[in-house]
Amino acid sequence: MSQNKISTDKLNLYYGDNHILKDITIGIRAKAVTALIGPSGCGKSTFLKSLNRMNDLIDGVRIEGTVYLDGKDIYGPQVDVTRLRKRVGMVFQQPNPFPMSIYDNIAYGPKVHGVKSKERLDEIVEQSLRQAAVWEEVENQLRKPALGLSGGQKQRLCIARALAVEPEVLLMDEPTSALDPASTLKVEELINRLKRKYTIIIVTHNMQQAVRVSDDTAFFLLGEMVECGTTDRLFARPTDRRTKEYITGKFG
Amino acid sequence: MVRHTIEKAAEIIFSLCAFMAVAAVFSITLYMIANGLPAIFQAGWKEILFSSVWQPTAQEPSFGILYVILTSIVGTFLAVLLGVPVGLLTAVFLAETAPDSLAAVIRPAVELLAGIPSVIYGVLGMLILNPFLYRLEQKLFAGSQTHQFTGGANLLSAVIVLAVMILPTVISISETALRAVPPELKACSLALGASPVTTVFRVTIPAARSGILAAVVLGVGRAVGEAMAISLVSGNSVNLPLPFQSVRFLTTAIVSEMGYAGGLHRQVLFTIGLILFVFIMMINGILSSILKGERLE
Ligand SMILES: Nc1ncnc2c1ncn2[C@@H]1O[C@H](COP(=O)(O)OP(=O)(O)OP(=O)(O)O)[C@@H](O)[C@H]1O
Ligand SMILES: [Mg+2]
Repeated sequence: MSQNKISTDKLNLYYGDNHILKDITIGIRAKAVTALIGPSGCGKSTFLKSLNRMNDLIDGVRIEGTVYLDGKDIYGPQVDVTRLRKRVGMVFQQPNPFPMSIYDNIAYGPKVHGVKSKERLDEIVEQSLRQAAVWEEVENQLRKPALGLSGGQKQRLCIARALAVEPEVLLMDEPTSALDPASTLKVEELINRLKRKYTIIIVTHNMQQAVRVSDDTAFFLLGEMVECGTTDRLFARPTDRRTKEYITGKFG
Repeated sequence: MVRHTIEKAAEIIFSLCAFMAVAAVFSITLYMIANGLPAIFQAGWKEILFSSVWQPTAQEPSFGILYVILTSIVGTFLAVLLGVPVGLLTAVFLAETAPDSLAAVIRPAVELLAGIPSVIYGVLGMLILNPFLYRLEQKLFAGSQTHQFTGGANLLSAVIVLAVMILPTVISISETALRAVPPELKACSLALGASPVTTVFRVTIPAARSGILAAVVLGVGRAVGEAMAISLVSGNSVNLPLPFQSVRFLTTAIVSEMGYAGGLHRQVLFTIGLILFVFIMMINGILSSILKGERLE
């Protein structure tokens, strides 16, 4: 338990009267990749967003239970949501660069958190783009608009943008579903490298991807977490019949 | 067969209507040039554009409209400087932060503001703004030997009235632009730990910039072309545009003098109309290039 970066205890979430997440209790290991799998609409994205409180933005959301980050309740009264989101970064399904230059996209987060020195920003921009394996492709066009990049480059730019604020946890919601196979491969390699430094939670619809990139896997169904464990074990010997049916493609 | 004839007839009617709009623009342009240019040749363009002496009915008439042009430029600029920030922040409030119930009250109020006839703005300005500014003027220029007291009818009054009049345009167009910014973009900013206020100023407004710019340009157009309201509150004498001086705008010059002007005086008023026309054309040009840029992005 002590090495869990994030854990939830009986997490319940409602959109109005709809009970979306049901009694989710799970531990997420630090500096490992955890994959969330499950059929569409089972609440994977909702669960992910409850870990950096992005659900707070939606009207009519009610949350019960607790989410701990390093043992502290992130829904506690003292919590500064902007600090939390700096620590728990997020990469979305659709790459959405800001309508500004590549450089400014990366520098945005650090600037918001008070980094002013030009040299320091230059450093962060280069380092983040290198970490996201897109530096070579953009180093000569840092001042160009980010919207001109290819889909795969945009997504790696968005990963770099998330890394630039030096998060501890990276939440990725189907980060490759809008990408071609070559770009997908790049992002997967990237995830493998990043897990040395970051705790990563990735939602994916692709079983092979889950097997390729993750150490642990959690299977969600209709708002419940049916089963979780190491990826090797869960895919080789699922304990729950529903997990087995899902990973063998019987439904979903 | 009958259907075919109806289709054909409809097509012809559509093209005729479209042609009428084009013909109107074309003939207005021709008319303005034909009537505005002669005075420039007769009195000399330097005499008109770069002289500040406006004495059209004197024994030795002088037709310098420099101050009038400056008044329109400065007045519009100040009105935009005042009206755009207020309008933009109102739009941010409506698009981002206002609870639906409050927005449902404010939005119709803004639309109503757009529908009020401009003469009403003028009358209200006379009744409320002028006395207020007169008191301010008396305080500021107490004991001054040189100041010509305006009774509050001055550039500042006109600027304030214009600023209020451009609000609805600025608000509704900026709000539309702000609402068109994808929510995902804002979510990206918030997920980086930016506060909602930072997100509005650093992401949402920049992402809506071309729409907001279009709002500003349309506001400028409205302010440049306004005549009725400001003719009631601006004091209407030709002066350098300083806040506490009575001033005359391009539009108010035409409104107040066309009735009795004759000869060259009348032709110079047409020249003023031509200048106004050129201003509006320029503003439209800027607007369409902004919109074109938008589409290219
Ligand atoms: N903003 C919202 N308001 C109301 N209900 C919502 C909202 N967002 C999601 N839901 C509902 O919550 C449930 C879970 O949605 P969620 O997006 O978490 O599923 P998901 O597992 O990520 O699905 P997918 O694999 O298709 O992305 C769905 O039934 C959805 O209809
Ligand atoms: Mg989802």
